[in-house]
Amino acid sequence: MGRWQRRRITNALATALMTLSATAAVTVLLIILGHVVMQGLPSLNVAFFTERPLPPGEVGGGVAPAILGTLEMLGVAGLIGIPVGIATAIYLSEYGRGNLARAISFSVDLIAGLPSIAIGVFVWAWLVRNVVGQYNGLAGGVALAIIMIPILTRTVEETLRIVPDPLREASLALGIPRWKTILRVVLPTAQAGVITGVVLSLARAGGETAPLLLTALGNQFFNLDLLQPTAALPIQIYNYARSPYPDWQAKAWGGALVLITLIGVLSALTRWAVGRRTHAY
Amino acid sequence: MVSLSNHERVLAEVDVLGRGANRGDRAFQTVVTAIAACVPIMLLGIVILLLLDALPALLRYGGAFLTQTTWDPVAEKFGAAAYVYGTVVTSLIALLLATPIGVGCALFIAEYAPIWMRAPVSFVIELLAAIPSIIYGLWGFFILAPIMRGAIEPFLKNSLGNVPAIGALFSGPAVGRDLLVAGVILSIMILPTITAVSREILRAVPDTQREGMLALGATRWETIRKAVLPYARGGIVGAAILGLARALGETMAVTMVIGNSSTQIRASLFTPGYTMASAIANQFTEADKEIYFSAIVSVALILLVVAAIMNILARLLVWSVARAPRAS
Repeated sequence: MGRWQRRRITNALATALMTLSATAAVTVLLIILGHVVMQGLPSLNVAFFTERPLPPGEVGGGVAPAILGTLEMLGVAGLIGIPVGIATAIYLSEYGRGNLARAISFSVDLIAGLPSIAIGVFVWAWLVRNVVGQYNGLAGGVALAIIMIPILTRTVEETLRIVPDPLREASLALGIPRWKTILRVVLPTAQAGVITGVVLSLARAGGETAPLLLTALGNQFFNLDLLQPTAALPIQIYNYARSPYPDWQAKAWGGALVLITLIGVLSALTRWAVGRRTHAY
Repeated sequence: MVSLSNHERVLAEVDVLGRGANRGDRAFQTVVTAIAACVPIMLLGIVILLLLDALPALLRYGGAFLTQTTWDPVAEKFGAAAYVYGTVVTSLIALLLATPIGVGCALFIAEYAPIWMRAPVSFVIELLAAIPSIIYGLWGFFILAPIMRGAIEPFLKNSLGNVPAIGALFSGPAVGRDLLVAGVILSIMILPTITAVSREILRAVPDTQREGMLALGATRWETIRKAVLPYARGGIVGAAILGLARALGETMAVTMVIGNSSTQIRASLFTPGYTMASAIANQFTEADKEIYFSAIVSVALILLVVAAIMNILARLLVWSVARAPRAS
């Protein structure tokens, strides 16, 4: 075998290995999604979305309190996380220079890398133990907000940075104050990135389980009081999956399908909305 | 990077021009700065609060907390060595499996795939990162664990169990809820991180590197091995460390497949165990005594510090490649 031939074979082998890696990754995704859809679909019915969980061993009921609880806590997380995330992004992109900016930017990176369970322990010690005195949905929302903030900040900051400077200069040259320039010229130009950041961070927070186990705890009943233990879809999936009852295990798959659909639909809608908006320019 | 410094120059000009200009400006800047300053304060708060709660256990057990394996709430003896061991072993398995495949995916996307295929393949692999950890746990618990117990672990035991040095890793009964299964689930979860970061690194490699090799008659693979990979090495190591950091802190998926039963350190990967994160998730609500609680918070604090160090290290490595001056 000639040298050239050996080199060609090595090259073909390497190409095959790379292609195989990519195929394997895509296949694993399809297998997981396939299982969730096939195992989850049979347990979806009206009761699943409208009724509360039944006591152990009884067949039937639904996970409505968990869906409601997840939405409640995402609401709290959004109310805190969206303004803080966007303001931090504005600071970093429009004002941030010097040591304070470096410290803030560094903190955003570090918080993004914290294990979510450690954030749960922190919120437990702060809100559950010291402030409210029992497990509660508000603490769950705050934990989710802490998880949201770095994701949102980074996405928005990156989009604000690519807003062309001539836009800012033109606005300022017309005598428009800087704060109005930021709010009325820079932010609207970056709208697509802001929307993407908000949805992306909400989707990430909505699937979090570990910090909620330590803060919201979960609940089998409908509950609108955020100072009480609150149910959440991921916690419900966890508890049902570990149970010995086939009906509950089937409902865990149903919950997983609902959760993944929620995240998928949110992401797809954003892509669609953002795509339309960017075409308008 | 040129546009960034330009942006900063504009900011500086605006600062000079707008000095003392407008009351609205000053108010807006103050509010935005105050909110942004909450972020480092929050980080500080997290560290301080965890430290305060961890202190009783850390002071009482000292270095033994990391070297002892006895975790006995009744006797108030706490050593987290088994949890640390579980975390290290599962994360290393994940890293060993995910790094070659993740870098392979990145190379496929950046160097091999036809242009029209690059965006969709990247998108699909990034979807793996969007799947919540609890769903990986569910899938691992009901689908992967039985396959591991029924087919893969017996196969590993029969083929590698008698090999001298590594045989001990694959000994004992296959239970399907153990360190190996946790490592495999983690490898799937960190794959998108390693792929995405490596892909960005490969994109930062200047084309002149590739063109030079190709002009000399090198094949594609030779170009990658001799020109692209050496240039990107630091960044790819950074990508792997970022993946490792994610694996260390991962909780739910691991908790569901690792078995949560033994605090013994055994050589076999077929041993049910705990990671630091899964120990916190499992025992947090059970901690009835102050010292028990403090021991759990100590585990959380150690986990947090290690994850932070990994992240800083990884980012420095990635930056060193992505920010290097381009030859073109």
